[in-house]
Amino acid sequence: MQTETKSHVDQVTSPAGHPVTVLRFEGDIASTSKDAVLGVYQALPKATNKLILLDFTKVDYINSSGIALVIQLLIEASNSGQKVYAYGLSAHFVKVFTMVGITKYAGLFPSQAEALAAL
Amino acid sequence: MSAMKTTNVEVRLPSRMGFEKVAMSTAASVAKLMGFRDDRIEDLKTAVAEACINAIEHGNRLNEKLSVGVVLSAGEDSLEVKVIDDGTGMKKQPAKPDIDRKMHGEEDARGMGMFLIQALVDEAEWVAGSDGKSSYVRLVIRLDKDA
Repeated sequence: MQTETKSHVDQVTSPAGHPVTVLRFEGDIASTSKDAVLGVYQALPKATNKLILLDFTKVDYINSSGIALVIQLLIEASNSGQKVYAYGLSAHFVKVFTMVGITKYAGLFPSQAEALAAL
Repeated sequence: MSAMKTTNVEVRLPSRMGFEKVAMSTAASVAKLMGFRDDRIEDLKTAVAEACINAIEHGNRLNEKLSVGVVLSAGEDSLEVKVIDDGTGMKKQPAKPDIDRKMHGEEDARGMGMFLIQALVDEAEWVAGSDGKSSYVRLVIRLDKDA
């Protein structure tokens, strides 16, 4: 019943010349999304992926279990010295992420271009 | 004083994760018919989804022989949603989630559903059935709250 979460990884470079790893998600982010969210993140070598950008542009539904997966990703990233940013959330989910405090640990941006410009 | 007219819509969901989206879509449709703003409808969708997830996962313990009842009552200026399960209800309200504690591993990364429900609707109450089952959560959102 839940839409399968798809994810893939792109490597881009910010205007300032920093390598940025973009995790692009598509579908629902819920309890069934562990492999697509945490699994894909955990497969990245920590030493060479210091800037992580989460792309939620094609995500329609995120529930509290999905938010918990994002928080688990933030915990692992923090412990590995990585910085995490996100973009493409709807206004509603920007509000929800702000309410639960995620914005304290991950900068949110409206678009990839605005996110990369800030890195 | 004339009696306020209320229109009811009822949905029954299997206790299977993912079916909360059926209740979410139904609630959104009713709220749209009532004239709620899009941002309030988004708040309602998340609150209803989280209430159904709690009912499926904790109330009915994912037992697909049990169903979750969702009753939407559209009044003149508010929409009430009751999400009913066969559980015993909550013994106590969980603490407000603390992102710093979560980040430091002092608190489970999960456990935000009830907080979101309370934060996104105008009223939320959890009622345990007197017979030890048929507990429900009751949510209310009001029209034109911020207009």
